[in-house]
Amino acid sequence: MIKLEHVTKKFEVNKKTITAVNDVNIDVKKGEIHGVIGYSGAGKSTLIRCVNLLEKPTEGDIYINNQKITDLSPNNLRTVRTKIGMIFQGFNLLKTATVYDNIALPLKLLGFDKKEVKKRVEKYLKIVNLEDKANNYPAQLSGGQKQRVAIARALSQEPEVLLSDEATSALDPETTESILDLLLKINKEFGITILLITHEMNVIQKVCDYVYVLESGQIVEQGSTIDLFTSPQQPTTKKFLSTISQRNLSNSLIEQLNVTGSVTRLTFVGESTGKPALAEVSKLFNVTPNILTANIIELKNGVVGNIVIHLNGNSQDVNKALQYLEEQGVHTEQLRGEN
Amino acid sequence: MNRYERFVDQWLPIIWKAVLETFQMVGISLLFAVVIGIALGILVVLTRPGQALANKFVYQIINLIINIVRSVPFIILLFFILPFTKAIVDTTIGVRGAIVPLVVYTAPYIARLIESALLEVDAGVVEAYTAMGVKTRKIIWNVILREARPSIILGLTIATVSLIGATAMAGMVGAGGLGDLAYRFGYLRYEVDVMYATVFLLIVIVQIIQSFGNRLAAKLKKD
Ligand SMILES: Nc1ncnc2c1ncn2[C@@H]1O[C@H](COP(=O)(O)OP(=O)(O)OP(=O)(O)O)[C@@H](O)[C@H]1O
Ligand SMILES: [Mg+2]
Repeated sequence: MIKLEHVTKKFEVNKKTITAVNDVNIDVKKGEIHGVIGYSGAGKSTLIRCVNLLEKPTEGDIYINNQKITDLSPNNLRTVRTKIGMIFQGFNLLKTATVYDNIALPLKLLGFDKKEVKKRVEKYLKIVNLEDKANNYPAQLSGGQKQRVAIARALSQEPEVLLSDEATSALDPETTESILDLLLKINKEFGITILLITHEMNVIQKVCDYVYVLESGQIVEQGSTIDLFTSPQQPTTKKFLSTISQRNLSNSLIEQLNVTGSVTRLTFVGESTGKPALAEVSKLFNVTPNILTANIIELKNGVVGNIVIHLNGNSQDVNKALQYLEEQGVHTEQLRGEN
Repeated sequence: MNRYERFVDQWLPIIWKAVLETFQMVGISLLFAVVIGIALGILVVLTRPGQALANKFVYQIINLIINIVRSVPFIILLFFILPFTKAIVDTTIGVRGAIVPLVVYTAPYIARLIESALLEVDAGVVEAYTAMGVKTRKIIWNVILREARPSIILGLTIATVSLIGATAMAGMVGAGGLGDLAYRFGYLRYEVDVMYATVFLLIVIVQIIQSFGNRLAAKLKKD
C-alpha cells in the first residue's frame, strides 16, 4: 500500500550537502501499521514528508497502492494526495475557523457538495467523539482534542493511507494513549494503512506491527515489533527499549547487590510467557534463581517479558539451567559473567 | 449670538465640505491602494525563495520598487510624480490630482503590511492543505488570506490613518480637505478656532477608525 524504494533526500545548505534520508526502503501492506523511530534529527520528518511528496526525494521511488507517484503531473499528484491523510505534531488547524469549519473547508475546497460535506463532518466528528465541540475554536480545545479534530479532518477525505508525523509528541501520556486508541480504531474499522514516525517507544509498543529504526537517515534495524522487542541488535534499538523497560542493571548496582556468579536477562515471548519455566529450573537443576528485576511489556500483537536473574549454583548447573531455558523458548542474555 | 453660535454659523458649512473632501480622498485612494497593495503583497510573498511561485527576479524587482517609493516623503513624492499624475488623470490639481500620489504613496505601504501579515500565517497549516491535495490558488485565498485577516485588518487600519495624514498635505495641490483647511485658515489667516476644530475632528476620525479596526480584528481573531 505504501512502498518506498531506495529513497534518498539530500539538502544543499551553504554549499554543503546534508543527506537527511539515505537509501530507505519501506513496505507497508494494506491494513498494517508501521512505525519509524529515531532520535531528533534522524530524518524522520523528512522521510515521511517524502511519502506524499511534500519533500521531493532526490533519488528513489514511492508507490501508493501500486501506483508510482514520484513522476506524476501536479494535477495527478493532487488527486493522489486526496487519498493520503496526514496528521502532524502541531495539529495544523485553522485558528480562525470552528472545529466544524476546520473539517468542512478542505472538503469544500476539494469540490464536495454541501450535503456531502455536512454528512461527512458530522460522521467523523462523531467518530473522534467531538460532536459537542463543533462550534468551538481550536484555541478553546486541549491538545488531545485538537489532534482529534485533525484526525477527523484527515478521515473526512476517506483516505486509504494515513501518515502521522509525531502526532502524539506534544501530548501528555494519558492523552497519547487515547489518540493511539483512536488510531487503532480507525485502522481496524476502516482498514486504513498507517505509517507513523515517533521518537517514543511506547507509541511503537502500542500500535505498530512493524518497526524501522532510523539513524542519520538510514534504517539501521527493522523487524516485527515482537522480534525487535525480543532480540534487538543495534545499540540505538536497545537504547530505545530501555526507555520503556528496565533491561539492564548497571554494573554499580550489581556490585551493590553483592552477588557472585552470573547475572542473566531472560526474555519471554509468545508461548514462553505463559510457562513457569523459572520454577521448573530450580526443581530440575541444583540452582536457585534470584529475581533482580522483572517487567512485562504488552505489544499490539503479543507480550514480551523480561526478567533479570541471578542464578546461584555451580557453573555447570547454571549452564545447564540456561540451556534448558533456551530450549523452552526463553531468550537468555548474559549481562555479567562469572568473576 | 454667542461666540460658539457665530462660529458654527460661519464655519460649519466650510468644515463639513472639508470633511467630505477628506473622506472622498481617503476613500477613493484607499480603494485603489488596497487593491494594488494586496496584489503586490501577495506577489512578493509568493515569489519569495522557497514559496509557491518562487522567482528571484520578480521578487527583487517588486522589493526594490516598494523600497524606493517607501523612502520618499509624501510631500516630495507629490511633486516628484507630477508628470505621471498628469499622464494618468490628465490633471495635477484637485481631488483627482491628489488621488494618484496618495495611491502611489499608500499602496507599497499596504503591500509591506500585507506581506508581514501573510508571513505570520503558520506554514504548517499551508502544508496540511497542500498534503490534502488542495490547489495552491485555493490555499492562498481560503487558508492564507483567511488566517491573516486579523493582521491584515490591523495593517489596513494603520495604513488608513497614515493616509489621512497624507491627505492633509495633498491640500498643497488644491485638493481641499481638513488638512488644507487647517493650513489655509488656521495657519495663514490665524483663525485659531478653525485650527482647533480641525485638529479635534481629525483626532476623532482617527480614534473612530482605529477602534473600529481594533474591534474588527479582535472579532476575527479567535485565539
Ligand atoms: N528544508 C531543509 N533544508 C535543509 N536541511 C534540512 C531541511 N529539512 C531538514 N533538514 C535537515 O535534515 C535533517 C533531518 O531533519 P528532520 O526534520 O527530518 O529530523 P527529525 O528526525 O524529524 O527530527 P525531530 O525529531 O527533531 O523532528 C536535519 O539535519 C535537518 O537539519
Ligand atoms: Mg520531525
